[in-house]
Amino acid sequence: MSEIIKIENLIFEYIKEEEEKTRAIDGVSFSIEKGSFTAIIGKNGSGKSTLAKNVNGLLIPTEGVVYVNGMDTKDDSKIWDIRQSCGMVFQNPDNQLVSSIVEDDVAFGPENIGVAPAEIRTRVDEALKAVGMESFKTKAPHLLSGGQKQRIAIAGAIAMKPDCIIFDEPTAMLDPKGRDEIMNIIQKLHAEGITVVLITHFMEEAAKADRIIIMDEGKVVLDGSPVDVFEKRDFLKSINLDVPFEAELCARLRKRGIEIPKEVITLDEMVNYLCQLK
Amino acid sequence: MIRDITLGQYYPGNSLIHRLDARLKIIVALLFIVELFVVNNFYGFVIATLALAIVVAVSRVPVGFIFRGLKPILIILLFTFALNIFLVKGTPLWQWHSITITYEGVNTALFMGVRLILLIAGTSLLTLCTKPLALTDGIEKLLYPLSKLGVPTHEIAMMMTIALRFIPTLLEETDKIMKAQQARGADFESGNIFKKIKNLIPIIVPLFVSAFRIAMDLAMAMEARCYRGGKGRTKMNEMKYHLRDYIGYLLMFAFLALVILSRSFG
Amino acid sequence: MSIEVKNLRHIYDKGLPTEQVALDDVSFTIDDGKLVGIIGHTGSGKSTLLQHLNGLLKADSGNILIDGVDITDKDVTMLEIRKKIGLVFQYPEYQLFEETVEKDVAFGPKNLGLDEEEIAERVKEALTLVGLDYEKVKDKSPFDLSGGQKRRVAIAGVVAMRPRVLILDEPTAGLDPKSHQDILQMVKHIHATFGNIVIFVSHNMDDIANLSDQILVISDGKKIMDGTPLEVFGKRDELKAMGLSVPRVTELMARLKEKGLDVDQDILDISKAEEEIVRVLK
Repeated sequence: MSEIIKIENLIFEYIKEEEEKTRAIDGVSFSIEKGSFTAIIGKNGSGKSTLAKNVNGLLIPTEGVVYVNGMDTKDDSKIWDIRQSCGMVFQNPDNQLVSSIVEDDVAFGPENIGVAPAEIRTRVDEALKAVGMESFKTKAPHLLSGGQKQRIAIAGAIAMKPDCIIFDEPTAMLDPKGRDEIMNIIQKLHAEGITVVLITHFMEEAAKADRIIIMDEGKVVLDGSPVDVFEKRDFLKSINLDVPFEAELCARLRKRGIEIPKEVITLDEMVNYLCQLK
Repeated sequence: MIRDITLGQYYPGNSLIHRLDARLKIIVALLFIVELFVVNNFYGFVIATLALAIVVAVSRVPVGFIFRGLKPILIILLFTFALNIFLVKGTPLWQWHSITITYEGVNTALFMGVRLILLIAGTSLLTLCTKPLALTDGIEKLLYPLSKLGVPTHEIAMMMTIALRFIPTLLEETDKIMKAQQARGADFESGNIFKKIKNLIPIIVPLFVSAFRIAMDLAMAMEARCYRGGKGRTKMNEMKYHLRDYIGYLLMFAFLALVILSRSFG
Repeated sequence: MSIEVKNLRHIYDKGLPTEQVALDDVSFTIDDGKLVGIIGHTGSGKSTLLQHLNGLLKADSGNILIDGVDITDKDVTMLEIRKKIGLVFQYPEYQLFEETVEKDVAFGPKNLGLDEEEIAERVKEALTLVGLDYEKVKDKSPFDLSGGQKRRVAIAGVVAMRPRVLILDEPTAGLDPKSHQDILQMVKHIHATFGNIVIFVSHNMDDIANLSDQILVISDGKKIMDGTPLEVFGKRDELKAMGLSVPRVTELMARLKEKGLDVDQDILDISKAEEEIVRVLK
């Protein structure tokens, strides 16, 4: 089985007040391959976070099915296995750390699923090392920077030994330095074989994924490689999304008669390509 | 100002005191409080102060750090001191018009002052040298017999853990909100008591909203991390008594005996 | 209206082991009507500086002259400072507290002691200026609005005080790309309407380059640079050494040059970059 997440005709409605419902996800279907790195992009209210919570079993589909590792999220007996195999990191670095000591916080997840004490110790040490925070293990989270807190949150997810981690806008509240730190860790985890789903506003971050899914008003409106997605510049603009600076400039240059292949999407690629034209 | 509050804070370290079992430390701290009220003379206070001084020295927590925690209660301290010194009747020591300071007054005031200082220093030492989680684990374990009676001991411990984690966050938030409202011309200082209370609304409402937001986010994050109450939960640091803890209990009883004995000196 | 900051120093926790110099001999001048961008990373002292300009923090030494009046002077009341200088904090939507949008925006003007009529007029003006429909939002609860709208209401709360100097600390933090652009447009619009001094902090160098007339670079509590966008972003290597970056366009042009393409370096916007690359390659 190579699919880790399979979503079939997912519909999700929030019930606001009696009778009043808001449809946040409106008939979404797709699967995610084991070991892949998928970015989900969409503006606020497009349903991307709701989608993530449906995968983790924090929300249960109104209609349709979500499978994680072949387990249906509606199956109550599997919910802990689903959450263990599909970890989640949230947007606000402050509001997801439970303990006032870094290492105790990382241990929180494994403790919940009843891992043996000695094994928890090993996992915590390994997880903190993976995010480069081992020297902070006895520190208090409120004394750390936003990026550091977010790294602790990631370590907390890693300590559960998940197959997949969903990142729900993990960099939205961070400064550029924190953002870089988190993106580097995400790429490293992906390289080590963890399936990554990254929900973000930032196109530059999405450009690092192998696949981009664009959501708008509860529907998937575009699904493809970064190269394919950035090519559809006018469409992205029409749904109020950012077009990365590189894609924008390449498109403009093409209009002016400079042939730039569509595979050129990063700044480095642009520099290399343009310089060899001369 | 907010940074000065050390009560409930942890001072990272690896001293013998830090490594002692939390259950022992909680019992010692509770007993210490009781003993402070058992003490009734100079000798008893010397014994208590010495005992505390030894523990502080072994803990390697800077004395200045502990005293910083006393600052917020300075007013209470001075108030009780003043109350005792002026109001206790007895042999006059010094007199000026209708104000009389008595020998007994000075005595009681000093005793009360020292008692309060030792009490705060002793209890803050407990939290300074015990990781908050170990502390709540300890309380959970000590309360465990009550869970048989239906007391939600795990939940109580979890609530304390979360409170400890979020107190600094909420203090920071309060500071930010206060400044933001001050920037909009809010005035928290002037006016009578009713006006002052009314002036707090612009701080309290956003603070509540923040607290709710944190609670919602945290509940979501805890669920995502498989939290399902105390059942089937393990601990990274299991609570196990070591030889040092048994020695600790012995010393505690020895100290208790000394304090009781001291009552017959004076 | 002009701002003159002279040798400003601020030390946190003076005398304690945690003592930290947050601002170290900072001096600069801002002329009337300028839109000024401040850059520097987290902990550089930017926020401390902003709080000084608004009188929320007191300097250990140095002076801040607003139109020649020294606001570090003991005789200057907070109310006088607040009338002239408006400060919008980061994530300002977290300070909303009233039952209705209208009441919330009126909080600041009320504290200035204005009369009812004037307050009503200013509230209407401020909400319109931040791009909200006054009639539509005035009776709503601020807590029922979307994230971007909440932020606008919070900014309106300061704009309604009609500050001659409007300071915004990372006004676009945490917003999605659409709301981000909207807020930038709003900042430009307010500046154009009032012709006041607007100071804003951002980590986004593209925004800083696009909006600012003048840029201040703060690092380790010191003012390192002060100049036009072209002057400041021309010093790419120095900025990089401080852990700061330059706009994407500027970065591209610099790398092209390094690789042997003889492009002009003084470029801050995409249209000029397009022209320049076309010029060199054709």
